[in-house]
Amino acid sequence: MQRWSRFNIASIVLGFAFLYLPIVLLVIFSFNESKLVTVWAGFSTKWYVQLLHNQALLDAAWVTVRVGLISATVATVLGTMAALAMTRYTRFRGRMLFSGMIYAPLVMPEVITGLSMLLLFVAIGFDRGFWTLTLAHITFTMCFVAVVVQSRLLSFDRSIEEAAMDLGATPVATFLQVTLPVIAPAVFSGWVLAFTLSLDDLVISSFTSGPGATTLPMRIYSQVRLGVTPEINAVCTILIGIVAIGVLIASVVSRSREIQRIKDEQAAFAH
Amino acid sequence: MKSLGSIRRSFAPWADPKSVPFIAVKNVTKKFGDFVAVDDLSLNIYPREFFALLGASGCGKSTLLRMLAGFEQPTSGEIILDGQSLAGIPPYKRPVNMMFQSYALFPHMTVENNIAFGLKQDGMPKADIAERVDQMLKLVKLDKFSKRKPHQLSGGQRQRVALARSLAKRPKVLLLDEPLGALDKKLREETQFELMDLQQELGLTFVVVTHDQEEAMTMADRIAVMAHGKVVQVATPPEIYEAPNSRFVADFIGDVNIFDGTVSSVGNGTVEIATETGFTVRVASSEPPAVGAKAGFAVRPEKIRVGRDRPACAPLNAAQGEIWDIGYLGDMTVFHVKLKDGKVIKASSLNAVRAVEDPLGYDQEVWISFDENAGVVLKD
Repeated sequence: MQRWSRFNIASIVLGFAFLYLPIVLLVIFSFNESKLVTVWAGFSTKWYVQLLHNQALLDAAWVTVRVGLISATVATVLGTMAALAMTRYTRFRGRMLFSGMIYAPLVMPEVITGLSMLLLFVAIGFDRGFWTLTLAHITFTMCFVAVVVQSRLLSFDRSIEEAAMDLGATPVATFLQVTLPVIAPAVFSGWVLAFTLSLDDLVISSFTSGPGATTLPMRIYSQVRLGVTPEINAVCTILIGIVAIGVLIASVVSRSREIQRIKDEQAAFAH
Repeated sequence: MKSLGSIRRSFAPWADPKSVPFIAVKNVTKKFGDFVAVDDLSLNIYPREFFALLGASGCGKSTLLRMLAGFEQPTSGEIILDGQSLAGIPPYKRPVNMMFQSYALFPHMTVENNIAFGLKQDGMPKADIAERVDQMLKLVKLDKFSKRKPHQLSGGQRQRVALARSLAKRPKVLLLDEPLGALDKKLREETQFELMDLQQELGLTFVVVTHDQEEAMTMADRIAVMAHGKVVQVATPPEIYEAPNSRFVADFIGDVNIFDGTVSSVGNGTVEIATETGFTVRVASSEPPAVGAKAGFAVRPEKIRVGRDRPACAPLNAAQGEIWDIGYLGDMTVFHVKLKDGKVIKASSLNAVRAVEDPLGYDQEVWISFDENAGVVLKD
């Protein structure tokens, strides 16, 4: 076992503090009795109770979830198709342009993406609201899905598709029964990524949403401008909890799967 | 199994002009851009034949196999299977199945479902599928592993699943791409014989692609030696080994010593070649080249005798040299003998007795010699 040097301990403490101290403070003050955010006045859960009566905040949460579910699902379908096209048809005209255009939103400043979409919606006379918001989220999350799925497809063994066709499966049957199940984990993590990106987007949402379609980040931001209340801390704590649980489940599942796989392999070679 | 052996010995449809080929490859060329992978190639493969395509990597053997399976289309030429042209028929409609080099097992399916995959595509009734899968599992001795996934199997077991899966649909032809490439030596040797027995038992036509000459020699009825997209020689393993038609085949299959020289006399079914090494060989030849022509003489190491005494046939078919290197392999010993002009030849002798009283040692003066029918004349 390696000895813990003072330097190691110091860097770990500093690193963790840098990352998590603000979050820990936020969580602690969400249980504050006082209305003043920076003064501790004893433990209380009253802000959480109050949250349930804040209809505007609940509405915003519901909009956010719906936008996230719809946009992540559509983006996953489109992104997977784009990734397939990019890896399978390597020699079509304009491939470079196409791939460049798929990845552009990754590096494009969100302000520009948001503004350009706002201009488009205005130009075609599309009333801004829930659907413009969803469309915008599909657009900017699709490229992330494409990147995740494409990296899986690059290591995909094409011979299993050939084997399927050799055994009588049509190209469609091959895709549905062989390709899709094999890349499903990547498609799923693309979906999760798209969903979380949609969940916490503020900039593009601000440009493309309209009346009646306010997302949670937008609501929080507008409330904060009027002053941080412990209520906001409570909402954020809940969000942090949800994300933490999600990450925990994902890592536990993948880790136990990994352990199972290693065990299986050892069992196979013991025979 | 005794009867199978006798069937095998008398099996030679290629020698019978009346027999109809099962697979006829007619002047097939396949180009990838400017690269010619298969070059105007023609071949006949007969029903129930175990046919091997042998060659170094890049010789076009895999491309030919992929054209049979339907993954590639010939640039020109035609492939006929059982009287039907395969042009334009996609892989999923061909009555052939392939066993892939990487096995290409479906990682998300159990062994059972892997084997059942092709049958399900055909819409076979469930009960029949279960029965067939059971039968295939027994055939490859994997009945205990039906519920496992591919990653829970060893390499040898995966190979057998791949085999069972490709045989499950009872294809007319089974294509095997380097079927034993990923197995270790011992398992490979066992599996070679299993494959042969299986092919006999099922009465199928097998086309196997391999770069391993031993594998091809052991399993195949006939071997096509390929180079640069062309077939150099098609013949039975003994013919390929004992009567190679070219320098390339002689050199590619097994070890060989080649002596270059000029034909000095021809007569009575034999030909004499004055070799550049300084001695004259007299060799049996049914189609001898003309006197004065350049020719090569190829002789396998195991057909060369090495001894201390001057052989009776000297100076014909004999030369003097010294032992340069000795390789003891257990079952046999390989001698490298350096002849007077500096050429080093290989000779091997079987270690038929456990202890030789006075074995040949390094730097010893020896004679090498061979019989008139020990080697072949190479005209190229």
